[in-house]
Amino acid sequence: MSGAIGGAMGGRARIEARFAKLRDEGRAALVTYVMSGDPDLATSARILAGLPAAGADIIELGLAFTDPMADGPSIQVAGLRALKAGITLKKTLAMAAEFRARDTETPIILMGYYNPIHSFGVEAFLAAASASGIDGLIMVDLPPEEDDELCRPALDAGLSFIRLATPTTDDARLGAVLANTSGFVYYVSYTGITGAGSADADTVGGAVARIRRHTDLPIAVGFGIRTPEQARAIAAVADGAVVGTAFTDAVRDSLDDGGNATMDTVDAVLNLTRELAAGVAAGRKRAAS
Amino acid sequence: MSKPNSYRTGPDGAGRFGIHGGRFAAETLMPLILELEKEYRAAQNDPGFREELDYYLKHYAGRPSPLYFAQRLTEHFGGAKIYFKRDELNHTGSHKINNCLGQILLARRMGKTRIIAETGAGQHGVASATVSALFNLPCTVYMGEVDVERQQPNVFRMKLLGAEVVPVNSGSRTLKDALNEAMRDWVTNVDDTFYIIGTVAGPHPYPELVRDFQSVIGEEAKEQIMAAEGRLPDTLVACIGGGSNAMGLFHPFLDDAGVELHGVEAAGDGIETGRHAASITGGRPGVLHGNRTYLLQDDDGQITEAHSISAGLDYPGIGPEHAWLHDMGRVRYVAATDAEALEAFQLCSKLEGIIPALEPAHALAHVARIAPDLPKDHVIVMNLCGRGDKDIFTVAEMLGVKI
Repeated sequence: MSGAIGGAMGGRARIEARFAKLRDEGRAALVTYVMSGDPDLATSARILAGLPAAGADIIELGLAFTDPMADGPSIQVAGLRALKAGITLKKTLAMAAEFRARDTETPIILMGYYNPIHSFGVEAFLAAASASGIDGLIMVDLPPEEDDELCRPALDAGLSFIRLATPTTDDARLGAVLANTSGFVYYVSYTGITGAGSADADTVGGAVARIRRHTDLPIAVGFGIRTPEQARAIAAVADGAVVGTAFTDAVRDSLDDGGNATMDTVDAVLNLTRELAAGVAAGRKRAAS
Repeated sequence: MSKPNSYRTGPDGAGRFGIHGGRFAAETLMPLILELEKEYRAAQNDPGFREELDYYLKHYAGRPSPLYFAQRLTEHFGGAKIYFKRDELNHTGSHKINNCLGQILLARRMGKTRIIAETGAGQHGVASATVSALFNLPCTVYMGEVDVERQQPNVFRMKLLGAEVVPVNSGSRTLKDALNEAMRDWVTNVDDTFYIIGTVAGPHPYPELVRDFQSVIGEEAKEQIMAAEGRLPDTLVACIGGGSNAMGLFHPFLDDAGVELHGVEAAGDGIETGRHAASITGGRPGVLHGNRTYLLQDDDGQITEAHSISAGLDYPGIGPEHAWLHDMGRVRYVAATDAEALEAFQLCSKLEGIIPALEPAHALAHVARIAPDLPKDHVIVMNLCGRGDKDIFTVAEMLGVKI
């Protein structure tokens, strides 16, 4: 279904339109992961609102969970800050809807773990997510083996389901991983948790080339990208660079001793976005030349 | 839900027990999880694997464990005949060694060179460290900081055995967080590392293979009670955190319709206080740690903290096969409080000369409730799945004794 706010361009179509536009501009996407509700709901909404103008092409909105098994300490703690500040799935969707009312072009991907959605109810969630202008889902703990849970219903509802491909996803398995993937493919640059390693552009380039032999979808790369220089290197070999931990770090470093947002919090995130966007832009130009 | 022809055929090909179970794991782990399943099927069909496991169970772990008629407790309660399945007499002091021996043999088959494990009370950590020492593999055990504090003897044991113990300071700093951290290690070191999960939970095929390795408890108990009483027991009782000792005892009896099965969860301060670890009694289905099962969670699907005097039961979930057996009504799930367990702990020590772990003390607390009103020819078999040496500091503190 298409939500009233999302309009006909919502869901998968909005993601496709964004990648088409980037292709025309000859550059890769900067995909920014921010934790919904971190460090508090109002500040988080201001960060979200400011991301597109600062250079974010696609927004991954982190759905806080008490037990994020694939995340490193920075994103774990960001989620706990958000939960402490009162974030819920419902409030996350409301935040997305508020964003969508002013920006109809920047795709929002909800990223997290399945249980909050399981608890909400899949059907009710998909209706609410579409109506809130959510365009796609990345669910860390839903591999292809569990596609009946959320992936297929989400695709039926017009949302993209973006799968993680990893260094352990061999050619034999890649078909299954790509089968119900839409919007783009998210390549995880190393085996490990978020924020723990560093993406190596040469290795990633080889992996992206391998995945390209199996799909026409854009391929974004995440895990281990935190500096403009890394973003540039990855943007030269992939269709998008995903940055997450650097943002939760930026939020954390901006807080006062009591863990509250300061005057600097929003700027810390948006300035980092600008720097990364410049890096991504430089990457593709170099690749083209 | 209709009654199945057999309760012993699960899981299905997707790792489901009814709606529970499954493979809710990160993509990085999926190839390994599928490989583990393949390797486990091969091991099941390899007589050499079973032979080697049986050898170590007998000569290293000391199986079979005795089935002991607890005469003084029976007289004390004045009703049903109470038998203990003495799995606390195993090497390392609990049933955990049964599973660890099975899994480390699988790890060796798969050519893995490093072992990781999570632990709550430290019993599984000790058992993992033990088999790692035996087979000369490095072992890292994740343990919540709270549990490190209350289970010092086991922490020291693990270190003596050569394992590295990593205190986990995230979340509630107990078993669930140790599991999270072990999963994070696993996803990082997926190439060389084997994760020995300690209970009948996690992504398929773990619930199945841990159950199979623990079923030796029930298989022995069945033979032993036939020898002692000439018939099957009327009631089996076992405590449940994740539920591996209970599943091991229950599984061989699931299709014996006349045998009642009681699983005892930890009620902590009392179910009504919200401070408990009883995921079936006080939770609802959700997805965590690779499987769907009953979980303690809030209205938004956030996992809530479990509370129990027993570190081994202090977990907000339960194995998915238990969740299904609850849905089917085959097993009756009840709960016992900290206070009830503490009383049973002391009673067992004084009357039988057996200091039980706080975990099976919960099972005994339930036995204490039901035994007096049952006829004298009613036979109860309770799994005394661990010994209490590790708990004496916790108990002393609860009793206001300084040691």
